[in-house]
Amino acid sequence: MTAYLLKRLLIGAATMVVASLVVFSVLEILPGDPAQLMLGMNATPDALEALREQMGLNQPLLFRYLDWVGGLLTLDLGRSYTYSVPVLDLVTERLVVSLPLAIIALVLSTAIAIPVGIFAAARRGRAGDAVSMGAAQLGVAIPNFWFALLLIYVFAVWLRLVPAGGFPGWGAGAWPALKALVLPAVALALPQAAILARVTRSALIEVLGEDYIRTARAKGMPRRRVLWRHALRNAMIPVLTILGLQFAFLLAGTIIIENVFYLPGLGRLVFQAITQRDLIVVESVVMLLVAAVIVVNFLVDLSYALVDPRLRIRA
Amino acid sequence: MSDAAGATTETAASFVAKAFSSRSFVVGFAITSLIALMAIVSFFWVPYDVTVLPVADRMKPPSATHLLGTDHFGRDILSMIMVGSRNSIAVALVAVGIGMGLGVPLGCWAAARGGWVDEVLMRFNDLVFAFPALLSAIMITAIFGPGAINAIIAIGIFNVPVFARVARAGALALWPREFILAARAAGKGPALITLEHILPNIATALLVQGTIQFALGVLAEAGLSYVGLGAQPPMPSWGRMLFDAQTRMMVAPYLAIFPGMAIVATVLGLNLLGDGLSDVLDPKLRRQR
Repeated sequence: MTAYLLKRLLIGAATMVVASLVVFSVLEILPGDPAQLMLGMNATPDALEALREQMGLNQPLLFRYLDWVGGLLTLDLGRSYTYSVPVLDLVTERLVVSLPLAIIALVLSTAIAIPVGIFAAARRGRAGDAVSMGAAQLGVAIPNFWFALLLIYVFAVWLRLVPAGGFPGWGAGAWPALKALVLPAVALALPQAAILARVTRSALIEVLGEDYIRTARAKGMPRRRVLWRHALRNAMIPVLTILGLQFAFLLAGTIIIENVFYLPGLGRLVFQAITQRDLIVVESVVMLLVAAVIVVNFLVDLSYALVDPRLRIRA
Repeated sequence: MSDAAGATTETAASFVAKAFSSRSFVVGFAITSLIALMAIVSFFWVPYDVTVLPVADRMKPPSATHLLGTDHFGRDILSMIMVGSRNSIAVALVAVGIGMGLGVPLGCWAAARGGWVDEVLMRFNDLVFAFPALLSAIMITAIFGPGAINAIIAIGIFNVPVFARVARAGALALWPREFILAARAAGKGPALITLEHILPNIATALLVQGTIQFALGVLAEAGLSYVGLGAQPPMPSWGRMLFDAQTRMMVAPYLAIFPGMAIVATVLGLNLLGDGLSDVLDPKLRRQR
């Protein structure tokens, strides 16, 4: 168990280091002069030189990389060029929008997908299965931003139940803030739920074909109990894997969805930073998102050990 | 020679017969062919030229003259969707090509070589999976600026580990088999064995994955062009049309409906085709579906 976790932890850490090298080199080395990129082609040489000095670009490459990584580790992310506030402040300010959004979406998609997947697997080949899997097939094909547009039209423009976009902030109370996050969360959750429901169903059907399920049935255990006690737990590993992978898609999805709903989250921040050539912000946010994906995948590996006792003993 | 040819025709015939007994395959094939046909036709004929902007006809709801209405520049929506399909198909197809072209050799190499090559490849997979396609697209755009080519690169990079993983898993399962052992005993090297024995046997799995990645590519391209990182105006693209529709949805909801339906139909068609293909080509997978 410890060896297994240690190995996963090591792999996660190594991936993080390589990822940081990729982000750093892609954003700092390839484009030539970041100062030039930020200021544009018409910048005066004096302004360029001043910005280079301010960004520490006159220092050796390795030094700059170590400085950046050191900054990341001590949460000193530098200063945004356009907003001239610490990047960390910008990020935390946006995180209180993006993180709740991602969590609500994840919870929502799991809450829809797992029951639907179980229902379809239990009714395999019957009408209920066909209908729910048909719906899932359609759900997979719907782009989340288009679904978001339809939701806005129905619930904001037509029924006027929720705002069409924007975010009042948590300071105005939890209810208005949650109301602003409902549609984006639903838009994010639906396609994910469709995928997860399909995975849950096929994992469960696979497990239901195992010998020990037949044994449990043969000794007279009721169908329902076999499903919940034996099958579900064993079907969790592929479900957890997909859940972990989906987190990455969810993060990417928030970037688009935040733009649909004009939510001041991390995704919007990255976008604005790109258009304003604020590379320090882009660098930090991209690294943060990558780190989040790696951490979540590590947690998924951890949860395998919780679900599957064999993993605890073997390693 | 004639025997081999005869066998091929026979398997082809039985494949077609089996394929058309799969409902997913038939529906998926029909939708996909329709979309492909639409893209091909658009090269020769569209109802209205999308490069001229007849502003007098702007924002006309669907009618007999403009079946799906017109946009804020007076361009015919049906024509825009037809021309836009080329962009979606081209981006997704090339991205799949990049993923297969790089991923399959990598996966086969890792399976044949094992050891550190395999380990490095798997870690590389972990690394790329940590960068969702959209995130790498954002980084690429931050450097090179937005455009269809950069969308292709971003989606293509994300496809590489997917195909590497499928190829590796398929090849790993084949290597211990007897016919491979026989080939090795006959003195064939790993490269030749991969080419002659491994690849033909993993081709179906790759084809199925290819249709799935194609569908994901269409979705990703639509997302990228919606946020302005994909194909740039005036080139019509489905994602961009949805972006333009958003601010005008109060007055013209039809602007948002049709391009979205085009995306859904394409993705649904490809996914059904993939499902159908795996039903037909790989009966082992059938049980799980």
